[in-house]
Amino acid sequence: MSASGLDVDGVTLTAGTRHLVRDVSLTARPGEVIGLVGPNGSGKSSLLRAVYRVLRPAAGSVRVDGADAWSLPPRTLARTLAAVVQEQAADLDLTVREVVAMGRTPHKRLLAGDTAEDAELVDAALTAVDAAALAGRPFDRLSGGERRRVLIARALAQRPSLLVLDEPTNHLDVRHQLGVLGVLRRLPVTVLVALHDLNLAAYYCDRLYVLRDGGVVASGPPGEVLTAGLLREVYGVSAEVAVHPRTGAPQVTFLPGAD
Amino acid sequence: MTAAVSASPTAERRPPALALPLLALLLLVSVTAGLAIGSVQVPPGQVWGIVTHALGAGWAEPTWSGARETIVLDVRAPRVLLGAVTGAGLAVVGTALQALVRNPLAEPYLLGVSSGASLGAVAVIVLGVTVFGPVSLSAAAFAGALGSLLLVYATARTGGRITSVRLVLSGVAVAAVLTAVTNLLLLTTGRGNEAREVLAWTLGGLGGAGWGTLWLPGAALLLGIAVLLVQARNLNLLLAGEEAAATMGLDVARFRARMFVVLSLVTGVLVAAAGPIGFVGLMLPHIVRLFTGGDHRRVLPAAALGGAVFLVWADIAARTVAAPTEIPVGVLTALCGGPFFLWLMRRDARRATGPGES
Repeated sequence: MSASGLDVDGVTLTAGTRHLVRDVSLTARPGEVIGLVGPNGSGKSSLLRAVYRVLRPAAGSVRVDGADAWSLPPRTLARTLAAVVQEQAADLDLTVREVVAMGRTPHKRLLAGDTAEDAELVDAALTAVDAAALAGRPFDRLSGGERRRVLIARALAQRPSLLVLDEPTNHLDVRHQLGVLGVLRRLPVTVLVALHDLNLAAYYCDRLYVLRDGGVVASGPPGEVLTAGLLREVYGVSAEVAVHPRTGAPQVTFLPGAD
Repeated sequence: MTAAVSASPTAERRPPALALPLLALLLLVSVTAGLAIGSVQVPPGQVWGIVTHALGAGWAEPTWSGARETIVLDVRAPRVLLGAVTGAGLAVVGTALQALVRNPLAEPYLLGVSSGASLGAVAVIVLGVTVFGPVSLSAAAFAGALGSLLLVYATARTGGRITSVRLVLSGVAVAAVLTAVTNLLLLTTGRGNEAREVLAWTLGGLGGAGWGTLWLPGAALLLGIAVLLVQARNLNLLLAGEEAAATMGLDVARFRARMFVVLSLVTGVLVAAAGPIGFVGLMLPHIVRLFTGGDHRRVLPAAALGGAVFLVWADIAARTVAAPTEIPVGVLTALCGGPFFLWLMRRDARRATGPGES
């Protein structure tokens, strides 16, 4: 795996006449972990969908390593960029191992069989998300959190150099939230991840982009971006931000009664 | 993780390597039975003698009468083969449709595709159009199948999602309208005898099979299976969802459009040959998946063999249960398929609210 650079330049996304995202620019340098935070409906998912090529921008461009993501053949892009999306899978009738092996598809010719290398990559991906024990289980029977980890393993099996994830820690218990983000942090790839939990974002991300109403209101290292003033402005809540003495990361404490 | 989930079976799926040879053997037995059973019973050994003799391997001295040879080779063989081809084709089309529209209830008959094909074929018969010569019937059935599939898909899809309810409802509605138009055509035509014949055909039956017309369904089946096997990995991707499939390199809209054309072609040709036979495309994929799992590289060949076996036996039943009256085979498949459909619907409803959420 290597790391790719991502340049989102002046992207505007629309649904009918409504603007989902307006003139957003964002960069991720190779190897960075970039967090996307903001309230519900702020345009995080829409922006990610433009990056992983499902929602075509009405204006602006998405470039991966300098190449326009929307002009590349889908298979070519899929060898560089993998995504973990929010969409719920249908009735699968597949084992966990088979689901993860799907990630190998963009690397395979149409009639090529699965090789020993594919099997190793699938094993490694499952191990990375602490799901090796699930390999033989039917995907349908997994709990929500287990499914999430398996879908992340599928993205890892794709061997991307840019990984895009939409709320990957949803449905996960604390241990697996930390586990999954720890895996992302250690990967030698570029990561763009939408997160709800500001403290997790502050700890694991190199830089954050804060979205509100489809626009970027702040960006930079977590320590500079996460301030009491910004949280009041963007989320409309009172909070205290302090650097945690042991982690060194900014720590947000909400003060629900302070208004 | 809940206790209920951790207690669920963790065993690896049984190796499916045996499924295909077993099904192939079963098909051989079924075809033999299809050739042997009927108003004149021919012992299986003799069936084999007649068939191998006709194929040029004369290990058996001809001890049978010419009449028996005619029954086996000219009357029963084309019919059994058409049954096998049609069953295989419908099962394969159903398998692929279920992946393409991402719905376990998808099937050419339920989605109105067969009705569209019927309308095309009937229009050609009644109006006497023969622009494409001997393949006019199949060409019109193909056009009707594609048209109705696109119509059902377009009406069932809202906001990028197809719910079972909308899919089945639009399938039923489109099928009802197309069937009504077909019946209208039949009743208003001046050719009474033909209308009767066609009406029997619209119930689905293999009685019209002959050596001269078998090549077209056979070719359509081989083409369909070849294309789908090549695309099996991409069909698998769709199981993960449309967005996920796109992130794994599939141009979903283009892929689906191409596959719709292929599936309509196979369905159209099969319906032109055997009439609209329902529920084979619904039942067989689900039964086969119980043994092979969901990977299309394994499901498709197994569904083809299973569908062939099923329809050969269904036709044997159609010929014998009420002999000498012959029941249209489509009536029998609907008798098994309707209850299966209901069971499937209830199972999915249970799954939607069942385990897996925590």
